[in-house]
Amino acid sequence: MNTSSTEDRGKRYLNPYFGGFLLGLVLLATMFVTGRGLGASGAVKSTVVQAVNTISPAHVEKSKYYSQFISDDIHPMSNWLVFEILGVLAGAFVSGALAGRLKFKVEHSPKITSRTRLIMASLGGLMFGIGSQFGRGCTSGAALSGMASMATSGFIAMMAIFGSAYMFAYLFRKFWI
Amino acid sequence: MIGPLIPQGIIGAEWSNVSGLVLGMGFGYVLESSGFSSSRKLAGVFYGYDFVVLKVFFTAAITAMVGLLYFSYLSWIDFNMIYINPAFLTSAIIGGIIMGLGFIMGGFCPGTSFCGAAIGKIDAMIFTLGMFVGIILFSEAFPLLEKIYYGGPMGNSLVNEVLGISQGLFALILIVVAIGAFIVATIVEKRVKKVDY
Repeated sequence: MNTSSTEDRGKRYLNPYFGGFLLGLVLLATMFVTGRGLGASGAVKSTVVQAVNTISPAHVEKSKYYSQFISDDIHPMSNWLVFEILGVLAGAFVSGALAGRLKFKVEHSPKITSRTRLIMASLGGLMFGIGSQFGRGCTSGAALSGMASMATSGFIAMMAIFGSAYMFAYLFRKFWI
Repeated sequence: MIGPLIPQGIIGAEWSNVSGLVLGMGFGYVLESSGFSSSRKLAGVFYGYDFVVLKVFFTAAITAMVGLLYFSYLSWIDFNMIYINPAFLTSAIIGGIIMGLGFIMGGFCPGTSFCGAAIGKIDAMIFTLGMFVGIILFSEAFPLLEKIYYGGPMGNSLVNEVLGISQGLFALILIVVAIGAFIVATIVEKRVKKVDY
């Protein structure tokens, strides 16, 4: 019997339905504890607002957008999300470490270069930064958590994000397959 | 009703952030273990070679939704205290279209990019940086975008109310839809050319 190489070991993932079930339990626990779902883009937004506020509080006060998130009775969730993301980093790290997936690399299709991949990744992030503000959340906060709480916004987000991605998929196929 | 704990002050501020850390660790661990730290695996749902996103997402949403309904039924949680993200139809659709483009270009979404970054994926780290820039750009351009941002207000709308059915019935319908989707996904996966990633 052949022993698995490190490569193979690194590709061992949970059964997706089981993983989804576990994720659902984490989400349920989060709603039970906080009354809100999980989030991700919100933590980045909070960090941006806090950073800008540190550099120039006057700018934040004048800004119609930043100022919404910096009032005195700021919802404690803005801090909570940042701690959540720190937890995400730690949890993902542990999972990756146990599975032997820790490695610095630019993951890309062999049909494109690392450089192209990084440019696309930065543009993708840019789009998500902008889009998540319009969407008042991303796939974690707006879509996933929204769906679980039966929020209409969750289903709109879900359909818009995935519908749009499927629409654009053919255009960008050379970057993936 | 015991839950939700924090809004009812059962868990104080000091422990609130700790709960974030712990729940976040669960989130990150499960996501990474399911393969969400790999952009090529994530992109698979759009090209038919890997439906992990569909399977995990749908299963998670339904698990949490049904769990929430049961907790509410057993009076373990006050559903009325659960935060419902307000719906702004125009803004949500525009945001969704932009995010969808971001997903197909970047191969990540915010949560998964953190998972990827945590295990050393440089493309994930760059994606995260891009997000910071995107949010700054949006914020600075806000006066121009304001009208869209507040476009199509629907309030804290619940989808089952919009459809005029009970929560339980909606959950049942969604489960049936999900099972259908899983069957289609399994069939497509078997027919699409394997991608080695």
